[in-house]
Amino acid sequence: MELIVASAVGVLTAGGVYLILRLRAFAVIIGLALLSYAVNVFLFSSGGLSVNLPPILSKYGDAAYTDPLPQALVLTAIVISFGMTAVLVMIALGAYLEADTDRINIPAEDPDADGDADAAEGRAS
Amino acid sequence: MGSDGNLLFIIAVLPFLGALVPGVMIRAGRNACATFAAVPTALALIMLLVLAPSVMKGEVLTAQASWLPQIGLSVSFFLDGLGLLFATMILGVGLLITLYARFYLSGEDPMGQFYTYLLLFQGAMLGIVLSDNILLLLIFWELTSLSSFLLIGYWKHLPEGRQGARMALTVTGAGGLAMIAGMLILGQIVGSYQLTDILKAGDLIKSSEWYLPALILILLGAFAKSAQFPFHFWLPHAMAAPTPVSAYLHSATMVKAGVFLMARMWPALAGTDAWFYIVATTGLITMVLGALIALFKDDLKALLAFSTVSHLGLLTMLLGFGTEMAAVAAVFHIINHLTFKASLFMIAGVVDHEAHTRNIHRLGGLRHLMPVTFALGTIAALSMAGIPLLNGFVSKEMMLEEASHTVWAGATWAVPALATLGALLSVAYSFRFIVHVFLGPVREDYPHTPHDPSLGMLMSPAILVALVIAIGLVPAVAEPVVALAASAVTGHELHGVHLKLWHGVTPALYMSGVAVLGGAALLALHKPLDRSWQSAPRPEAKAIFDALIRAAVRLSARVTGWTHDGTISRYIAIFVIATIASGLAAYFGGALGPQTRPMLPVTPLAAVGWVLVVVATGLVVVLHRKRFLVLVVISIIGLMVSAGFVYLSAPDLALTQISVETVTIMLLLVALHFLPKETPLESSRGLRIRDGLIAAAAGISVAALSFAFMMRDVETISDYHLANSYTGGGGNNVVNVILVDFRGYDTYGEIIVLGIAGLIIYALMQQLLTGRAARKLRNLTLTPDRSRDRHPLMMVVATRVMMPIAVMVGVYIFLRGHNMPGGGFVAGLVISIALLMQYMASGFAWTQARQKVEYHTLIGFGVVIAGLTGAGAWLAGKPFLTSAYGYVHMPPVEEFELATAALFDLGVFLAVLGAVMLMLYSLSRIARYAGETVNVEPMDFDPSEPNDAAAKEGH
Repeated sequence: MELIVASAVGVLTAGGVYLILRLRAFAVIIGLALLSYAVNVFLFSSGGLSVNLPPILSKYGDAAYTDPLPQALVLTAIVISFGMTAVLVMIALGAYLEADTDRINIPAEDPDADGDADAAEGRAS
Repeated sequence: MGSDGNLLFIIAVLPFLGALVPGVMIRAGRNACATFAAVPTALALIMLLVLAPSVMKGEVLTAQASWLPQIGLSVSFFLDGLGLLFATMILGVGLLITLYARFYLSGEDPMGQFYTYLLLFQGAMLGIVLSDNILLLLIFWELTSLSSFLLIGYWKHLPEGRQGARMALTVTGAGGLAMIAGMLILGQIVGSYQLTDILKAGDLIKSSEWYLPALILILLGAFAKSAQFPFHFWLPHAMAAPTPVSAYLHSATMVKAGVFLMARMWPALAGTDAWFYIVATTGLITMVLGALIALFKDDLKALLAFSTVSHLGLLTMLLGFGTEMAAVAAVFHIINHLTFKASLFMIAGVVDHEAHTRNIHRLGGLRHLMPVTFALGTIAALSMAGIPLLNGFVSKEMMLEEASHTVWAGATWAVPALATLGALLSVAYSFRFIVHVFLGPVREDYPHTPHDPSLGMLMSPAILVALVIAIGLVPAVAEPVVALAASAVTGHELHGVHLKLWHGVTPALYMSGVAVLGGAALLALHKPLDRSWQSAPRPEAKAIFDALIRAAVRLSARVTGWTHDGTISRYIAIFVIATIASGLAAYFGGALGPQTRPMLPVTPLAAVGWVLVVVATGLVVVLHRKRFLVLVVISIIGLMVSAGFVYLSAPDLALTQISVETVTIMLLLVALHFLPKETPLESSRGLRIRDGLIAAAAGISVAALSFAFMMRDVETISDYHLANSYTGGGGNNVVNVILVDFRGYDTYGEIIVLGIAGLIIYALMQQLLTGRAARKLRNLTLTPDRSRDRHPLMMVVATRVMMPIAVMVGVYIFLRGHNMPGGGFVAGLVISIALLMQYMASGFAWTQARQKVEYHTLIGFGVVIAGLTGAGAWLAGKPFLTSAYGYVHMPPVEEFELATAALFDLGVFLAVLGAVMLMLYSLSRIARYAGETVNVEPMDFDPSEPNDAAAKEGH
């Protein structure tokens, strides 16, 4: 079980990293979503895996429970990652509408367009 | 100590408080402004004099309050002989400068600003000399650099002023940074940042292996501040400041800060060979070089500036000698230099003010036109030359006496000869000041015919010149002060300090004689010498400094251009590779403990889930250019992750994940409405292979890390949470209790973050709806292939029926959250989904028209309720967010629990609901702006038409 969770985390991470290395904003957003899954599952699993031991206190004596702390941390992480995705989407949308493209890299600029002469000089030399 | 200590605090704070006043009082006129600037100075001076008698008796007054005890920073002041001397000088001269500046500044100058800056500077300077904590001292040290920047650049319209201010800030600021490092080392050696402790630990410091680095770093700071070679160049450029500033900062106070620091640190640092060779040599070079340059400067203030450099060199050299008599001479000369140099600066200011020029070539013969100024200037200049019966003579004689028996690296002649040369040059430029400005025939071509100025402007220099004469005639009047301050410098009481006019026929007298005669001869030869000096090549400090700055700017631009070129993909690639590398380094560098947990068996169901996740991830990567399709596939992953949470005993996570999944997909769908539907293939095959390799490496590393983690038991605080969840937090659902109770602070922060994210999106949307993007949105052609019936009857009816049920589910999940899976986060998401269904089915405008509470308000209420619940614990005398709970039993209903944690959870619920709704609402508003038609009716095709309004309810 541990092996398949770990490998799933690895596959999600690999997919996420590949996508955030793409050149368009949408791919990066999808990649970050994959990475969020990977990170959340990773954090959750750091408490150890267990089946049928939810951290809901039982009335009947000394039951065993899984580690509740990573769950609490991941719960807020899931909600926050939604907020982050939403902000990213909005920024990507704004950038697309302003710049007519959803490329994420600033194109190599020509020195004349740059008002900062020193910086341009530094780059040219 | 008691009240005395409090007085020290008040003295230190007064200038800063006073600095607030002149800027306001300028509205009441220039006299009121100057008066109110003088009041805090005068008050501080009076308090200082109240404390003076006990200091004179040999007491050391202290006052202490802790500030950041963790790092050894405390607000502590102490007043000993040295501090008293400097504080009196700072405040006394400050008072005279305030008076002088009142008459010096013209009507156009913003006087309020000037006095505010001046008082800020005065406070910083006073702080340096009173600090008993070296960290505090460093803060004041930096404050003097900053406030002197403001003062030097006071005439903002003058480019020289701005450049001079920048240069001074750069040099003294850089020195200050070095000094911070040195002081920290010093504090580490001693184990305390209290100056009084450090001064007692001299032997410990000198025997430490860190002594030399600390010494060099501290001296760098002191030398930069006191304009010692090779940092001497900033001082003349700082002369672009108004003359009162030059007189105050550049003769009496700021440049003496470096000298003060060397004197202060004398018991801790002085007395070693390193100290002697670094300090005395630098001082000697500076003294001779400064005097030489001064002789050939034609600007009166530049002449005085270089003469100041030279005299600071003299002081540094004396302190470098490391003998007690040299320390006495240094302290005495500090007083004397202050009196004659401050008055000379003011005289130069008077000349400039009256004749409208400071160029010596355009002056001369002023003795007939300005007799009083002439008298004052001559006396002060003669004192600077070291002519008998004036105070400069006595201390210069003591300096020469000390120099005459100092041996430098075996050479007995070097120091006496060079000291005599310095004195000789000093005589020459002092005489030049008198002869070329005041003597000679009256000229016809002054830019403005000069006269003696009003009494107000001459008062301050006159008072100082009176001191010059008094101390010169009867040096014994200064004896107690000098003895006291010198005792403080050397760290033990000095007896037998006698300041006398006549020392007998000593080597020093011969050296003085040579200096005076030689100086006079040099002045006679000034014209030919000046010609050859001007034609000789010499390094121009400003050009070198500017070139250095330009080179630094270019270097940083190049580094920035190379590392920060706007290619995000590259940053991410570098980041990922670096992370993998550091992980590998940790793996190979450390030892991995043995596996302590057994592996759980894999059930067929779990295997199916795993296959689905892996296949879906592969599909996402392969299909990522078809954007709609990828959203469908990615939701499979989300579902499988939720299922995994259920299977692995995390019901709360499963609930949250699945509801977040729903709103995320909706959000992305709305966003995709405006974005291109396909991603073009842009990256080359090589690039894709490279990225694939990086991604594979990252995946394998994370998988390995995750596996290693899961197979080992870790120290955890969870047992505490499990044990105390019910007894301490009153809930059976430990995850929820952790969220609303144990880690309530975190949750509180998180709902605020979420709220801020919602507001950011709202603000971005508002911004997009104006300007370029808005015009584009107006002209956007939306996809032609869309449904003609956007709000089908079935869906409207279904969602309308489901609404109360969905809300009930939400409330149920919320209420049971404390004991069963659920809670504010999930409930907030569930209710938002219920609301979103209405938006989708019945349309934006219809739903919007029925919205009663703004989403911003919801966020605000959520945060406030959660915060107030937490603060409520204060009323019970408990820390923030301590929860209370009780069980209520009302007959028809089952026994139920009331906990303050539920109120907190309500805050969480409202904030989550508001934030999620605000985010989606903002995106939808863009759609509406883009020309999407809006239905006011619930359905596009109303089956009940053309019936009346009652039918429009949709039933």
